[in-house]
Amino acid sequence: MGGFESFLFSFFNLKVMATYLPLVAKGFGLTVLLALLIVLCGLALGLALAVLRSFGVRVLNWGIIFVVDLFRALPPLVIIVLLFFGLPAAGITVSGFAATWLSLTLVLMAFAEEIYWAGITAVPKGQWEAARSTGLTFLQTLRLVVLPQALRITIPPLTNRTIAITKGTALGSVVGVAEILGASQSAMSFSANPSALTLGAIAYLILFIPVVAFGRWVETRFAWKR
Amino acid sequence: MQDFTFAFLNLEIVREAWPILWSGFLYTIALSLLTVPLGMVGGVTLALLATSGPWAVRLAAAAWTDLFRAIPPLVLLVFLYAGLPFAGFDISAWGAVAIGFFLNTGAYYGEVLRAGIESVPRGQMEAARSTGLTRGQALAHVVLPQAVRNVMPDLISNTLEVVKLTSIASVVALPELLFQARQAQSVTYNATPIVAAAVAYFLLLWPLVRLISRLENKAMVGR
Repeated sequence: MGGFESFLFSFFNLKVMATYLPLVAKGFGLTVLLALLIVLCGLALGLALAVLRSFGVRVLNWGIIFVVDLFRALPPLVIIVLLFFGLPAAGITVSGFAATWLSLTLVLMAFAEEIYWAGITAVPKGQWEAARSTGLTFLQTLRLVVLPQALRITIPPLTNRTIAITKGTALGSVVGVAEILGASQSAMSFSANPSALTLGAIAYLILFIPVVAFGRWVETRFAWKR
Repeated sequence: MQDFTFAFLNLEIVREAWPILWSGFLYTIALSLLTVPLGMVGGVTLALLATSGPWAVRLAAAAWTDLFRAIPPLVLLVFLYAGLPFAGFDISAWGAVAIGFFLNTGAYYGEVLRAGIESVPRGQMEAARSTGLTRGQALAHVVLPQAVRNVMPDLISNTLEVVKLTSIASVVALPELLFQARQAQSVTYNATPIVAAAVAYFLLLWPLVRLISRLENKAMVGR
C-alpha cells in the first residue's frame, strides 16, 4: 500500500465509517440532548442568580460572588471527576451523564450570571429612578425596564461563552458517556481503525461550525454602535 | 458529618498524597508555561494573516480559525494521541498536547487579536506609514500595541481558559494535577485528593478570575 492509500485506509475508511455510523449518530443525539439541557438550565440559573443579586442583600451577594468565582476558576473536567468519582464516597452515585450535565450547567450558570450582572449594572441609574417614580415596583422595573435593555448587550458575550461551554460535552467521554467522542472512541477500539474518530470529528464539525458561524453573526448583528 | 470529613476533607490523606499532588501542581504550571506562549504565537500569526494578507489568505485564516474553534479540544487531543499512531506517526503525550493546544488555543487567541486589530482605526496605519515606517514596523509599534490594549480583558480571560484546559492532558496520562489526584484517589479509595486538587486550582486561578470580573464590568459599563 502506498503512503496515501494507507492514510486513506486509516482515516477515511468508508467501510469502517459505514459500520459505525449508527453508533456515532446515536452519540450525536446524546451530545445534542446534553448540550440543550446544559444551555437551558445554565442560562436560567445564571439569570436567577443575577436577579437575586440585584436585590442587594449583602451576605447573599457574597455567597453568589463566591459560587460564581468558584465555578469560573475550576476546570470543568475537575468538577466532572469530583462528582463522578468523588460523590460515591458519600454514598451518592451519579451517572456520567448526570455528572457532565451538572458540572457544565454550574459552569455556564457562573459565567452567565457574571455577564447578566454586568449587563444589569450597565443600565444607567436614571432608568431605575424614572421607572420607580412612575409607580412601578422594584420587580416590575427590573422585568419591564432594566432587563430588556440589559439582555440586549449581553447577547454577544453570552452566545460565545455558551458555545465554548457546550463543546465541553466531549468531556463526558472521560466518565463513560457515549456522546460523540465516547461513541467514536469505542468504535475505534472495536475496529482498530481511527476512521471512526474521523467520523466523530466530522460530526462535531457538522454540529458546531453552524453554531460558531451563528456566534460570529450575532456578534456583528448586536454590536454596540461605538 | 464525620463520614463526610473522612471521605472528602481527610488531612491524613492530604499529607500522604502531598508529594505527588505537589508534583502534579508543578506539572500543571509547566504545561501552562508551554501552552500559553504556543497559543499566543499561533494567535498572532493567524490574526496578522486574517487582517493583512491577500484575500485568499484572509479567507483561509478565517476558515482555519472557525475549524479549530468548532472542534472540542479533547477531540483534537484524542485524535492526535490515539489516532495518528495508526498512520505510523507515533507522537508522545507532550507532542500531542503541544500540537493540540497550538491549534485550539491559537484559533481562540487569533480571533481575539483579530477583533483587536480591527478595532484600531485605519488612519493609525496610514499615519504611521506616512512617517516612513515600513508595514512591519507600523504593525509592531503602532497597530499591535493598541490592538492588544483594546482586547486585554478577552486576552486575560482566554489565558485563564487555557490554564484550566491543561486539565484535559490527564486524559493522555500526562502527570499533571488532575491526573495525580485521580491516581491518589484510586490508591487511597478516598475522594480527598480530588478535593485538594480542586482547592489548588481555585487558589491558583481565583486572583485571575477577580481581575477579569473587574475588567469585564468596566468594559460593559463603559460602553
